[in-house]
Amino acid sequence: MKLTRRSWLHATTATVALAATPLRHLRRARAAAPVKVGVVLPTSGVMAFPAQSCRRGIDLGALWVREQGGPQLEILHMDSESKAEMGRVAAEKLIAAGCSVLIGAFDSGTTISAAQAAEEAKVPLVVNIAAAPQVTEQGLRYVFRNFPKAPQLIVNAVRRIKELVETTGAQPKTAVLLHVNDTFGKAMSKGVSLVWEKLEVPIEIVEKIPYDRAAKDLSVEIARAKATGADLLMPITRVRDAILIVREMVKQDWNPMGIIGPGSPGPYEKAFTDATGKYGDEYMVSAPWYDPTREMTARVLARFAELHPDRRFELNVGFSFEAVQIVADAVARAGSGDPEAITAALRETHITEHIMYGGPIAFDENGQNNNVGGALLQNQNREPVVVGPKEIAQAEPIFPMTPWRER
Amino acid sequence: MIELYLNVAVNGVLMGLVYALIAVGLTIIFGVMRIVNFAHGELVVAGMYVGYLVWERFGLSPLGGAAVAGPLAFAFGWLLQRFVVAPFVARPQHIQFLLFIAFAFIITGIHLLAFGADPRSIFSPLSFEAVTFGILRIDLVRIQAALGAVLMMALLLLVIRFTSLGRRIRAAADNPLGAQVVGIRIAQVYAATAGIGMACAGVAGALVAPLFSIHPYIAPEFTLLAFVIVIIGGLGSLPGALLGGLLIGTAEALAAVLVSPSLKSMFSYALLILVLLLRPAGLFGMREAARA
Repeated sequence: MKLTRRSWLHATTATVALAATPLRHLRRARAAAPVKVGVVLPTSGVMAFPAQSCRRGIDLGALWVREQGGPQLEILHMDSESKAEMGRVAAEKLIAAGCSVLIGAFDSGTTISAAQAAEEAKVPLVVNIAAAPQVTEQGLRYVFRNFPKAPQLIVNAVRRIKELVETTGAQPKTAVLLHVNDTFGKAMSKGVSLVWEKLEVPIEIVEKIPYDRAAKDLSVEIARAKATGADLLMPITRVRDAILIVREMVKQDWNPMGIIGPGSPGPYEKAFTDATGKYGDEYMVSAPWYDPTREMTARVLARFAELHPDRRFELNVGFSFEAVQIVADAVARAGSGDPEAITAALRETHITEHIMYGGPIAFDENGQNNNVGGALLQNQNREPVVVGPKEIAQAEPIFPMTPWRER
Repeated sequence: MIELYLNVAVNGVLMGLVYALIAVGLTIIFGVMRIVNFAHGELVVAGMYVGYLVWERFGLSPLGGAAVAGPLAFAFGWLLQRFVVAPFVARPQHIQFLLFIAFAFIITGIHLLAFGADPRSIFSPLSFEAVTFGILRIDLVRIQAALGAVLMMALLLLVIRFTSLGRRIRAAADNPLGAQVVGIRIAQVYAATAGIGMACAGVAGALVAPLFSIHPYIAPEFTLLAFVIVIIGGLGSLPGALLGGLLIGTAEALAAVLVSPSLKSMFSYALLILVLLLRPAGLFGMREAARA
């Protein structure tokens, strides 16, 4: 072909047109393509039960975002099998599958493992549930936690216990701490000791009793706790163990003034109240919980009830729901699925309309949201209700608890 | 403190009797067929689920659950041996291991499909009842479980000692070739043995169902426990399994109260190592040692 001025002009025009148009389409296509969100949860193994609650929260969050017209998200789930080392493996697989952001991983050990993989890949990880301080104290730049650290859980718990004593007038003098012997339980136990001393709580912790995470039977542990004669039992457990604890306390007829879990999961879960019946009532736990007075909470609870009429909306569901809300908010502000852009957006997060009790969702320089509040829950008539603080209380607390034989 | 130690020791003995029943099932299968049932824990869990269903549907106590779980587990074991395991009896041990490990995964998968991963608990008035004898306070479920285990083991002993089936089982255990030569139908004996062994596991599971939260992932602990007891007691020895169960049950309980509850398993394994060092064939495993 002979190169003329005309042909040169035509070629140039065509080149510019071709260069511009596909980019525009590509940008539209990229913006329209769902952002892949990888979720790491222990949906099999000893932690399967609460993790499946988390999964329901994740799926509800994704549905909610879609129904509210939020950014398109594609949720990819990966099972960490209740093994800490699998957190890294699961995270790496999700990142390899193209996930721009991760959510996870329920237990602290697995979360730390997943966080290391996320940090190496420079993909942000939004932590839904994990209390060990190390998660956001290792200088990781791509980890964002919307859950209180163990010390904060304890501080909240102690505040609630003090309020409880002031409200009801009952004064326990001694307490025994019974804790699961894993990363979470040990972190919580250490936290209790530190905060107890710092806040000069007038209740002496007479003994700390660790128990194996996979323990089938807690009769010896309860016998030891009973032998201390303590006024309060403070279990740091998960649901399965909480059931065993109550069962053994009834069989051994140990009636302390109260059972107050300082920030441990279990007693608010449906499996617990179903398994323990009347004996599970009056068990208290300080836990981060949804704010029952907010309008958004009522709408989200109603939507959950439509989807899962036989399940309970508890904190595992709530924080997992919020994790998706946080991710959606960041993706919308980032305007893309680029992990760095999402990370930058996460650092600027400020969400005021959300469901869990506490202030706005915002992350400090370590990626920690310090505004998560703690409520005091008590099972009454087989349902967990908020009994403190007063501003969100749904019922009055029953303390001291009714002896087993009188129920 | 005396009250604490005594209660713990008694609870340990009661649980030890149930552990012994679990181990008896494992040891009888090995003793006769030289097959190690790596799916033993899964069968215990199956028994737990049967116990749970019997309570949920009919409100029956653990003994009622055991009465249902036993025959079901026997039938399962008999059929499994006759139609699946039989060709593997003469095969190398590593093939048998793989076969039973595969069974373990399949049974766990079935549990997951049928019941999910949610822990199930039997919430009956009995689960919360205890009897008092002076300073002793023992929960009724543990007493029932121990009694059930003792009854089952006594029944097994009667069958082994005083029935023709028992004589055939003993003959097959002593000398399989000789047993065949004298006209014993070895395939039927093996099937009955597998049924009995798995019935022990199923019954034990139903008996302990009210004590533990039931979920599929508890199985490996029972398998490991059974192995520890059987090795301590001596492979193939019924008295050994009984003594091993009592030792482990009591050792764990006392270790938990004297040292730390989270370290109680360590003492079971320490006991295992001690026995292996001092009596490699196990406490009652002389026949195995003599054969070697």
